[in-house]
Amino acid sequence: MSIAFKTDEIFRDGFRYANSDAAILRFPFPFVEDSYMYSVNIEPHVRGGPTPAFDAVLDIDEHYIGECRERALVLAQDPNRCMVLPHMMAAQWDTLELIMESLAADYPDHFQLGKDGDRWTWRNRLLNIEDSFVFGAPETLPFEPFEYITRQMQGDFTLQDQRDGNLYMDGGMVTSQADWSLEFDLGMTFHEWHGPVPLAHDLGVFDRALQYLLRLQYGRPVRRLNWTMTVNPRLDTSPENYPLWGPDRTTVTPENVGDKLHLRVELQTLYRLPRSNAILFSVRAYLASMNELARVPKWGRRLHRVLRDIDPALEDYKGLGRYRRMAIEHLAQFDDGAPTGKGIAPEVDVLPA
Amino acid sequence: MIRHDPLAVRVAAIEPLSATLKRLTLESADGGALPIGSAGAHVSLILEGGDRPFRNAYSLVSMPGERGCYELIVRRTAGSRGGSAFIHERLGEGSVIGATVPHNLFPIQRHARKHLLIGGGIGITPLLSYLPALRQGGERLELHQISARDEVPLFENLLAPHAAHDVHVHAGRGALDLSALLARQPLGTHVYVCGPAALMDHVEAAAAALGWPASRVHRENFGAAGGDPFTLRLARSGREIAVGPDQSMLDALEAAGVPVPSLCRGGACGECLTKVTGGVPEHRDHYLTDLEKAEGALVMPCVSRAKNDLLVLDL
Repeated sequence: MSIAFKTDEIFRDGFRYANSDAAILRFPFPFVEDSYMYSVNIEPHVRGGPTPAFDAVLDIDEHYIGECRERALVLAQDPNRCMVLPHMMAAQWDTLELIMESLAADYPDHFQLGKDGDRWTWRNRLLNIEDSFVFGAPETLPFEPFEYITRQMQGDFTLQDQRDGNLYMDGGMVTSQADWSLEFDLGMTFHEWHGPVPLAHDLGVFDRALQYLLRLQYGRPVRRLNWTMTVNPRLDTSPENYPLWGPDRTTVTPENVGDKLHLRVELQTLYRLPRSNAILFSVRAYLASMNELARVPKWGRRLHRVLRDIDPALEDYKGLGRYRRMAIEHLAQFDDGAPTGKGIAPEVDVLPA
Repeated sequence: MIRHDPLAVRVAAIEPLSATLKRLTLESADGGALPIGSAGAHVSLILEGGDRPFRNAYSLVSMPGERGCYELIVRRTAGSRGGSAFIHERLGEGSVIGATVPHNLFPIQRHARKHLLIGGGIGITPLLSYLPALRQGGERLELHQISARDEVPLFENLLAPHAAHDVHVHAGRGALDLSALLARQPLGTHVYVCGPAALMDHVEAAAAALGWPASRVHRENFGAAGGDPFTLRLARSGREIAVGPDQSMLDALEAAGVPVPSLCRGGACGECLTKVTGGVPEHRDHYLTDLEKAEGALVMPCVSRAKNDLLVLDL
């Protein structure tokens, strides 16, 4: 697996972002059929899936360098995007170990981990980082262990403590979120932080999901896909910065909707951490414009149908209101009415020029 | 990313601790690092002895975080299950057996102000792994071990590395006033108890009587995976499929080449929902409503089992 890493991407005003053909073909397209409704769509996180985005424990791609740089910019302005409560130190080391071991095993050309007892040496060749430290001794790292390692990752992370038959969000690194705030949710229970989600509470989705996650076992991670839409390839759509990105929604026109409107897919993976018994939640976000996705004929057809028929409550929650009509009219050109195959695989090996 | 059970482990050492107790040291059969065991975690050993494999759960007593070996202590019981007798009589150093990945249903509560540990007999084992973890974190702790009179020296010996701390061994239940012990704990203390069911019930009742929140009282529980074997009959073909004691219905169906759609494999998503036309399911899922479970016309084969020897599915 050879990745051509981009080095000059910008995820804020002055945007510079595009997906290569390879990145489009590996996109974790979230719609398994031509319509969408909530379900407990959790499955074992086994190696391999409908696209190569499912091949690694923790996936990195051509946007890695730019996304890490964007994270550093957000943290410089707002250090509270990374917070971990004091009783979660064991979970911090669990997280560092999981990420370092996974990256070193899955991407040995880019990441190397050396161990001499508790003395570890970490090399990240993509970001030119090399550090030696003592596992278990936070003072030997430039940041606390959770912040240190998640600064070197694409995607957001939260740490859930398990107690009293519930999960508590007791830590996180959240700089590329779909309009929720770690500082607001920190310390909340599972049902509290899911409070704003429409429909799913009445369907019993969260009761079942919580029972399932309380029984999540070490060595048996699980995954699901979630999605929303974002105007411009902007990663930091946080409540804290709403004044910066909220107005973007008024800039969509029938002429620019195909390039400006992005499907934002979260490959969410959950890991039971062995020392702390906490759960690490990884939210790895992928962005692709309508026009990029429509280069896969099946996805163009399906995206048109899903947006056309979506439940009004979801339209509002996903923030589609202002531009859904424009998106449907734009996508109609890619939908010839032909049936689509089941599942999310692109069903093509190369994209038309 | 997925560690497939069982792990193959080699018995590196067997050390007799008394006439009925042995300490086992297990290493990965391929010489590699083992999945991490934490304080309070257990593994199930899979022992091929006789007509069916034994599957017994034991708490890890090795240092938490240790990846070179697992240590556990096995008491030979005169009970019906044959696993402990097999370990005491037939297992030798060098033997290769199966072990599940460590699973923790008795974890340390990281926000407790103080940890009060109460062991009864061999129930000391998970607490032995607690001690170094709590000491390493500088946590406040107090341990009381209740032991048969003739085993007091044995447990004092096992606890010797921690003797400088607030660690006590008592000869018999009568030697420790549990209510007084609980009553003098500072606010924010969590109590953990592992031992005979009667002891654990007693601690729970004494704590409740003193007004302790249930969320601060923790007892060891290996959970209920697997169960008695039973037979599935597929109504449409009349075919019969055996479901083993450690096998899910879904695994048995898949092994027999009968495809059933599935997703979470944990009783949450509803994907493998199957109609029942005969027999009584033993529901273990979180998907069906209480009413649906009582009706017994639907079952989730990924986690649920059968209350009788035969379950008939509409497949």
